[in-house]
Amino acid sequence: MASTAQPVAPGITATKKPHRSTGPSGTTPPRAPAREARRIPRFVWALPPVAVLALVFLYPLALVVQQSFSPDEGGTSIAPYGDVFASESFRSALTTTVWLAVGSTVGCLVLGFVLAMVIAFVPFPGGRAVAKFIDVFLSFPSFLITLALLFIYGNVGLANGVWTDLTGASKGPFDFLTTPWGVLLAEITYFTPFVMRPLLAAFSQLDSAQLEVASSLGARPARIVRQVILPEALPALAAGGSLVLVMCLNEFGIVLFTGAKGVTTLPMLVYSKAILESDYPAACVVAVVNIAISVGLYSLYRMVSRRVGA
Amino acid sequence: MTGGERSVRSGIRFDQVSVAYGGNTVLDRLDLTVEPGEVMALLGPSGSGKTTALRAVAGFVQPASGRVYLGDRDVTGLPPHKRGIGMVVQQYALFPHMRVQDNVAFGLKARKVAKDGIPERVAEALDMVGMAAYAKRYPRELSGGQQQRVAIARALAIRPGVLLLDEPLSALDAQLRSGMLAELARLHRELPDVSILYVTHDQVEALTLADRIAVMDKARLQDCGTPQDLYRRPRTEFTASFVGNANLLPVTVADGADTVDFAGRALDVPTGEVSRGATATLCVRPHLVGLGDGPNALNGTITEVQWRGSTHRLYVDIDGHRVKADLKELRETPALGDRVTLHFAAEDAVLLPAGAAEGAGGGTDG
Ligand SMILES: Nc1ncnc2c1ncn2[C@@H]1O[C@H](COP(=O)(O)OP(=O)(O)O)[C@@H](O)[C@H]1O
Ligand SMILES: [Mg+2]
Repeated sequence: MASTAQPVAPGITATKKPHRSTGPSGTTPPRAPAREARRIPRFVWALPPVAVLALVFLYPLALVVQQSFSPDEGGTSIAPYGDVFASESFRSALTTTVWLAVGSTVGCLVLGFVLAMVIAFVPFPGGRAVAKFIDVFLSFPSFLITLALLFIYGNVGLANGVWTDLTGASKGPFDFLTTPWGVLLAEITYFTPFVMRPLLAAFSQLDSAQLEVASSLGARPARIVRQVILPEALPALAAGGSLVLVMCLNEFGIVLFTGAKGVTTLPMLVYSKAILESDYPAACVVAVVNIAISVGLYSLYRMVSRRVGA
Repeated sequence: MTGGERSVRSGIRFDQVSVAYGGNTVLDRLDLTVEPGEVMALLGPSGSGKTTALRAVAGFVQPASGRVYLGDRDVTGLPPHKRGIGMVVQQYALFPHMRVQDNVAFGLKARKVAKDGIPERVAEALDMVGMAAYAKRYPRELSGGQQQRVAIARALAIRPGVLLLDEPLSALDAQLRSGMLAELARLHRELPDVSILYVTHDQVEALTLADRIAVMDKARLQDCGTPQDLYRRPRTEFTASFVGNANLLPVTVADGADTVDFAGRALDVPTGEVSRGATATLCVRPHLVGLGDGPNALNGTITEVQWRGSTHRLYVDIDGHRVKADLKELRETPALGDRVTLHFAAEDAVLLPAGAAEGAGGGTDG
């Protein structure tokens, strides 16, 4: 969409502006500049934005890729890849990243589907306000939710405080925030609205007469959800799910803020290699792998969503 | 409930059913019985509560008071999926991601009909509506009329005792509509045991299809009877004008036998039970009004002429009262402002007592 709109928009303004400014003076025929502007091929208008994009985005990316092939000893080789792939820290980070991302995505899909259905189909006071709030929630930074969870489940948080007050114990039972489960909980909490957004849009398109006809035909609510609502929500689920999957793979703030020691994901590994160990080639290798997974998943998503007809 | 059996004959009975949305009564103490195998049309203008009545039968609105019966069974508190009712709505509401055959099979699977019996029942239902050739298509690949046929097949596949149709032809164009109307009539002949509640705002559909018509206005049942009965002997002003667009003239019953006074003219009309000296409404159908001199002659000025192909519709002003006359196409089109004489036969007129007029006019009070 954006790629076709860009060249057109400047073309239109360019034909109009000279027309207005030269018209009153009467020295130039008013049509001439318009014709000139039209003669400039369209791709010319695309050049400046592409140049800016290349400079601020593609060039650093290229540097990262280049760095990943440049071992400290000098020259160009795939040695950094061999080293990184062979290291235990990378393998475990890759596994952690993938299972956290997949787990969070599945959690978000299930929770988001249930919540979106309640908001869309169970009329309750304040339902609209909740739907509005979800939009606002999307603009929150991810670490905010981790912070909020710390206040609730942290060592000195609300839940543990209530427990110690009630039982007189010195320590509360909630000690999972610094484990992978804490990260999973935080990611599911934060990313669920990203699934709900497209789902709510899809549900608002759903003809409620379909649901009524289905139940008059003898279908119980569970069957209606499975056979009528779910199939029509699939494109939205695919869209929301793949977005969340990619975002989870790249999530940094949440993992950092939970302070989970044993939870090293790929972005965390990049951070520690680059900033803490100053091992830039290794950091760049991990970054390249991370980017490759993201882009790969995105392409897969586009293929799938085109199949589904979204 | 398990699908093997033929539909049970069961009518519908509304017993003082009221429905309110937030203090706003949209259905006011409806009393109505649809006999087993009967086609009952619920006819009324938009917003009169027809759909609400139908949804009360299907179980999608809970009456504030009153009971709904299917046969002898009180279904008032029963969830929709346990009622065993076929339902067809204006916008078809087919499941878009299912093929036609799966749409039709949906109710059979939901009602746990034995798997090996399903294809046969689907084929039978599609045959009934002439859509067997389209079983493998998706709804989006069908025209509006075809989609509505599939929706009807889907409702009939579960062999319901009661079929609810809510403005099923309103989304179709006029030509398709009359074809579908004939199909619905044929379907009912093939399924004489199914009771049909047919909601419509179109009097032609109601008159064509229904065994009886229930006329609704302002949340209330205004009148109920066979089409001929309602058309020839309307009991309220509302029925008279909504069904057949009758002329309504304010008259006073005169002293003489079967004579009324209309704007200073004496007209011969059977006065029936209306007492002498009482005010009443004289009701005459436009197509029963003739041009020229005759019994019950009325002189007036033409205020509007509409040519409708086979007929001319004249609007004639008679001492401030507008009278409509539908005349077989006239050789010479009368001009605006012409003085004309209209007449009607005494037996074509119906006299409505003033009470009936009030009942129709003030539907929501009391
Ligand atoms: N869910 C609803 N909430 C509030 N008012 C409603 C609802 N459904 C219908 N109504 C109102 O009830 C009245 C009757 O509606 P309806 O039964 O759909 O009329 P009809 O089918 O005769 O056109 C209308 O005034 C409508 O606005
Ligand atoms: Mg309606």
